[in-house]
Amino acid sequence: MQSEKPKKNFFSFQLDPNLFAPADENEKSQQRMMRESVSFFKDAFRRLRRNKIAMLCLFVIVVIALIAFIVPNYYPYSYTKQDVTAKYLRPFEYSAREQARIDKGQNVFPHIMGTDALGRDYAIRVIYGTRISLLVGLLSAVIVIVIGIIYGSISGYFGGVVDLIMMRIVDIIYSLPDVLIVILLSVGIKERVSMSQNDLVVRLGAGMISIFIVFGLLYWCGMARQVRGQILSIKEQEFVLAAKAIGSSPFRIIRKHMIPNSISVIIITAAMQIPSAIFTESFLSFLGMGVSIPMPSLGSLASDARTGLVSYPYLLLFPALSIFLIVLSFNLLGNGLRDAFDPKLRS
Amino acid sequence: MSSRFAVYLAKRVGMAFLTIFLVIAITFFTMHAIPASPFSSEKAKNDKTIAALEAKYGFDKPVTVQFVNYLKNIAQFDFGLSTGWVGSTVAELIQGGFSYSAGIGLTAAILAIVMGVFMGSLAAIRRGEWLDKVIQVTTTALVSMPSFVIATLLLLIFGLYLKWLPTLGSMPGGTILPTFSLSLYPMAYITRLQRSSMLDVLGQDYIRTARAKGVKKGKIIFKHALKNALSPVVTYAGPMMAYILTGSMVVENIFSVPGLGRLFVNSMLRTDYMMIMGVTIFLGTLIILMNLISDIIYKILDPRINLR
Repeated sequence: MQSEKPKKNFFSFQLDPNLFAPADENEKSQQRMMRESVSFFKDAFRRLRRNKIAMLCLFVIVVIALIAFIVPNYYPYSYTKQDVTAKYLRPFEYSAREQARIDKGQNVFPHIMGTDALGRDYAIRVIYGTRISLLVGLLSAVIVIVIGIIYGSISGYFGGVVDLIMMRIVDIIYSLPDVLIVILLSVGIKERVSMSQNDLVVRLGAGMISIFIVFGLLYWCGMARQVRGQILSIKEQEFVLAAKAIGSSPFRIIRKHMIPNSISVIIITAAMQIPSAIFTESFLSFLGMGVSIPMPSLGSLASDARTGLVSYPYLLLFPALSIFLIVLSFNLLGNGLRDAFDPKLRS
Repeated sequence: MSSRFAVYLAKRVGMAFLTIFLVIAITFFTMHAIPASPFSSEKAKNDKTIAALEAKYGFDKPVTVQFVNYLKNIAQFDFGLSTGWVGSTVAELIQGGFSYSAGIGLTAAILAIVMGVFMGSLAAIRRGEWLDKVIQVTTTALVSMPSFVIATLLLLIFGLYLKWLPTLGSMPGGTILPTFSLSLYPMAYITRLQRSSMLDVLGQDYIRTARAKGVKKGKIIFKHALKNALSPVVTYAGPMMAYILTGSMVVENIFSVPGLGRLFVNSMLRTDYMMIMGVTIFLGTLIILMNLISDIIYKILDPRINLR
């Protein structure tokens, strides 16, 4: 080892070998991580957890979902069973016959939300309506995510003429009036649905089926645009070039590199989609074009409550409150997710 | 107003017409895919009468010929004869209903824009104060309520309990409640839009410059901030019209307004196919045209926007 520093020559490229000596323990310790690295998801969820409103909304949604999917299995009343002696009972009121049974010492489950015009227990009907709303919201999110991601990533990845044509199609679909098309389709397929042999199809009704068809046809446009935009910017980055250089197929690049990198946009857009889907369903059910009777929906319950509104306002208030709570929770949770996953968008 | 703008304009208008054509095509072919004849639901008639009726309405020709004929008729605002309201044409019915709906819808839209911009700007200027918080909580609640919930609650509170306002659309002053029900949701939405875009603008450098120069606060807000913060609201004008037009179906039903929305719902109950087609195409065209107009105004107002 040369201990002496060579004579410094201004034009020489000679380097100081001391700079290349192995690091000692003290120097190494400076490089040690002070805490474990935080992945993108962990970071986002930590931010979400700190958002009290969003966590409360998540809690409300989970509670509502648990009630909607578990309670009907154990509930003593069914949503179809009519009881002419128990019409228009107020919450926690008993009909004369039920009162007689209580007097005899039997147990009668209270009508928590009263009963409707046909003597059906209202609580279970509201719970079923809530279930429909949640199902519509969830299914629409799934449809939108699947179609939107596939369409958007193909368009964004291949670019050029493919992108141009695909985005023009999206532009046109985007400007179609969605509610009108849902109504039109539900009128159009009503006849076929009522003739169908399939039990599920009949139970869902023309309205519901056309809602899902329209979600599949129209609602993914927003998602496709977002995903495309994200992929266009990711495409230019080095790791994609590296993946291409080692011969990865486009499908693999999209699946392994691009979609994981646009996951925040996907989550935010899907969360924003849910309330609007729930709105559309309740709107159609209110007009009598949603689920087929006797299956209740929050919209059709509110519509039925209009007869006798002054005397029995609770028939309106329970479904109205229910849908308000669901949509409000999803809206606020969506805002929370947006803040957590994309701090740049924060307003 | 360069040639690039002209190209954009031509493209955008072309797209709008293509979309309108698509709406017409979807409407027409969905209705013609229905297996039943539009006359099969009527009582007391034999096959011969049905055949005669179909010949009269031109339903015996091939579908493509019918489609071309239908397009030609629509171009002259002739949507055919109504089968649900015998003796009137669809165009007459649409005209009659639209005169009610247009009044309510336009008032609701203006109310929503004016109040929304006002409250949104107010909330942004008074950011963090109690007024801002009240406005934010109310608008968050309002955008989570479907139109039928808002309308029925208003009907219940102001019409039935307090008895301040008439509940039927045909009574004098009866359009107040439907107008309010239609405008509350877009009003809340615009308030939120305006608040965030105003906050964005108020944080810009040129506002600080204006303030440093000693420009009066009112002038800063009206001349510098408000003007620049308005463009997101303009883009919402199209979707707002769509909301108001479809929302009128619910609201007009609740308040018994004989407008286009109620007519549309009734035509579905009476399975009046010509009417359903006519109203869908009419409303669809209206929505698409509103989208077109708001897009163009947006581009004119804000030249920074990239013309594609």
